[in-house]
Amino acid sequence: MNPLKWSLVEPFYKLMIGEDRKGQLNSIIKMIGLPITGLLIFLFIWQGAASHIHTSLGQFPGPVKTYEQFISLQEEAEATALKQKKFYERQAKRNAQRIEKDPDFVPIIRDYTGPPTFFEQIGRSLVTVMSGFILASLIAIPIGIVIGLSSNAYAAVNPLIQIFKPVSPLAWLPLVTMVVSAVYVTDDPTFDKAFLNSMFTVLLCCLWPTIINTAAGVATVTQDLKNVSQVLRLSWWTHVRKIVLPCSIPMMFTGLRISLGIAWMVLIAAEMLAQNPGLGKFVWDEFQNGSSNSLGRIMVAVIMIGIVGFILDRGMLILQKAVSWDKSVTLR
Amino acid sequence: MTNLKTGRRSFIKKATLAIASAMAFSSGNAYALGYPEKEDLKFGFIKLTDMAPLAIAYEKRFFEDEGLYVQLEAQANWKVLLDRVIDGQLDGAHMLAGQPIAATIGYGTKSNVITPISMDLNGNAITVSNKTWAAMKPNVEMVNGQPKHPISASALKPVVESYKNAGKAFKMGMVFPVSTHNYELRYWLAAGGLKPGYYAPHKGDTAGTLNADVLLSVTPPPQMPSTMEAGTIEGYCVGEPWNQQAVFKGIGVPVISDNSIQTNNPEKVFGLREDFYEQYPNTTIRIVKAMIRAAKWLDEKNNKNRPEAVKILSKSSYVGADYKVIANSMTGTFEYEKGDKRSEPDFNVFFRYNASYPYYSDAIWYMTQMRRWGQISEYKSDTWYQDMAKKVYRPDIYKKAVESLIEDGVMKKSDFDDAVFTTNGYRGVQDDFMDGIPYDGSKPNAYIDSLKIGLKGKEKL
Repeated sequence: MNPLKWSLVEPFYKLMIGEDRKGQLNSIIKMIGLPITGLLIFLFIWQGAASHIHTSLGQFPGPVKTYEQFISLQEEAEATALKQKKFYERQAKRNAQRIEKDPDFVPIIRDYTGPPTFFEQIGRSLVTVMSGFILASLIAIPIGIVIGLSSNAYAAVNPLIQIFKPVSPLAWLPLVTMVVSAVYVTDDPTFDKAFLNSMFTVLLCCLWPTIINTAAGVATVTQDLKNVSQVLRLSWWTHVRKIVLPCSIPMMFTGLRISLGIAWMVLIAAEMLAQNPGLGKFVWDEFQNGSSNSLGRIMVAVIMIGIVGFILDRGMLILQKAVSWDKSVTLR
Repeated sequence: MTNLKTGRRSFIKKATLAIASAMAFSSGNAYALGYPEKEDLKFGFIKLTDMAPLAIAYEKRFFEDEGLYVQLEAQANWKVLLDRVIDGQLDGAHMLAGQPIAATIGYGTKSNVITPISMDLNGNAITVSNKTWAAMKPNVEMVNGQPKHPISASALKPVVESYKNAGKAFKMGMVFPVSTHNYELRYWLAAGGLKPGYYAPHKGDTAGTLNADVLLSVTPPPQMPSTMEAGTIEGYCVGEPWNQQAVFKGIGVPVISDNSIQTNNPEKVFGLREDFYEQYPNTTIRIVKAMIRAAKWLDEKNNKNRPEAVKILSKSSYVGADYKVIANSMTGTFEYEKGDKRSEPDFNVFFRYNASYPYYSDAIWYMTQMRRWGQISEYKSDTWYQDMAKKVYRPDIYKKAVESLIEDGVMKKSDFDDAVFTTNGYRGVQDDFMDGIPYDGSKPNAYIDSLKIGLKGKEKL
């Protein structure tokens, strides 16, 4: 790819080499000027509205207060990093002392036991959402292909999909919680139960768009291609691999993109209720704290949730564009 | 991995041998405590200032001194917390005194949960909404323009009656059916002539509102102020900082602290499963050691360390409320009506008055209240109460921890109240309740019969 052709770079490049100056200026304004104006107007309204909302926890946080809280969260993370370092030093010392007294002792290096910082919680949320999403996709894509290929299978499964699709994550969670604690019984758990609860809830909610879109994609395989496959006497497996999959990939990715969006939205609610460390729990904990900084911190989390969701969506869009063979369709 | 496992196994053998020999040689004086069997632990807590011993034991590294790597995690509510201790997601937790008792006698989820250490005394208050306070205030006796404390619930009686006449229910919040707050709020209401309602678990009625003048319902502590602000309840009984929070937010007025309902009443305990102790005795004793040190640190030198403790508690991973809100009660003052700040040096007690010792008679008092309000639906003999108390409260573990602390030279015998070494687990006759009814832990049934409102003798709903 030529970086000079990137939509963000191209107008500036053309402006520099003097190609259609007026047109380039217009497109720069449209591309950068208008979003910035929109953002500024939003910040202005936010600040104005915030100063008029008085809650029992003090004034509603405006952009300035939110930014301050973001900085304080960063400072906390730095302080934690320092504590973490000292924790490991103390641990090493303690282990060494014990080995001296008790040579059979085999030390285990333990992870830091303090609470996760805001940024670590974002990381944990991402891990949870991606595990749920990937597992869901592994289940949904094969189902989608099968029901897309056979109209009988479709007729059998479709009502179920339609019934389960609109179910809210909050309805699934109690069931998931009880099932996980009944089924997942080990002495040495690799996964935290709270993690499993939120992951399965995410999984249950983000299966459906992928199934539906994959099935729809499979159904778009034209009769011509099917005929080719029959003439070549392709086996069922080769038929799926060489004909069905490539045809359905654009639709499949549309489904995956919707699923990931849903997964991220569901996750925050699931984390709040399952008390799984992550952004959802962060919001809940801050709400419980009820300190004068709480609302500002929740606002930071809200914006962070939005930004992460946006990045996830863009990532899926790039993937979707990369795998889509029909470059004439504008994806947005 | 195998290497590690055999290493651990042989170590456990050694440790058990060490304990056995230590016990054989000594008659309780010298006590060599082995290494902890389980080092990675996760404890739950609810965002209340009385979780302080856990936070301090962590932050002051008392847990690490015992070779324990502890994670502390805030829990959503008391039910979640108890369930997670029972199913093993948590190794132990900051609990309501009634929780281990109720779990053991099978009220709610049945499981053998024990209490090797009591976490604090006092620390709760009853708060009513501004509207209710305005209606109550004319009935309160005034001294020098300020209300005379303690305020009796008889001042609330006319307000409740006016609600009744208007065909409305008067509702108040408490944090859990077997919480100290529930019993304290009920005690206060009943002492003022208001009926708080009965439970009838044998008929499946666990709402606790049968024949009630005041309807009580459950709300998690941190949500109390916002629930009252929303008008769902007219008042509540909760631990700190959620009473002071109401004052700061200007949405309510605390009327009485639990220290005035009963002087130095037992509050939170540390609860863990009985089989955890059987499996990991050294770990359990070491946990108790760290918590005793934390409790001592909190009360040391006339509350000198309290400001530092408040600073730790105000971190968002612990209690998270503002410094000044937590500081009010923790540093010995309590604000009632806005501006009416009174000295309450014993609002939170962690170590003085032998606070951390798990007394059988405290467990029995909670059981008498469970019987009084029908949670224990039928008559039980005095011996039953005593046996249950012995099953749940474990001063034997507490004493081992004390011995080990003295042995280590970390604390001196003189740091402890003499009662630790002399008591039989009963406090004797206690005459420190607001309505003047004496309590003798060794005669629970006689005490139950002496209370005016409530189930007596063989009564059954």
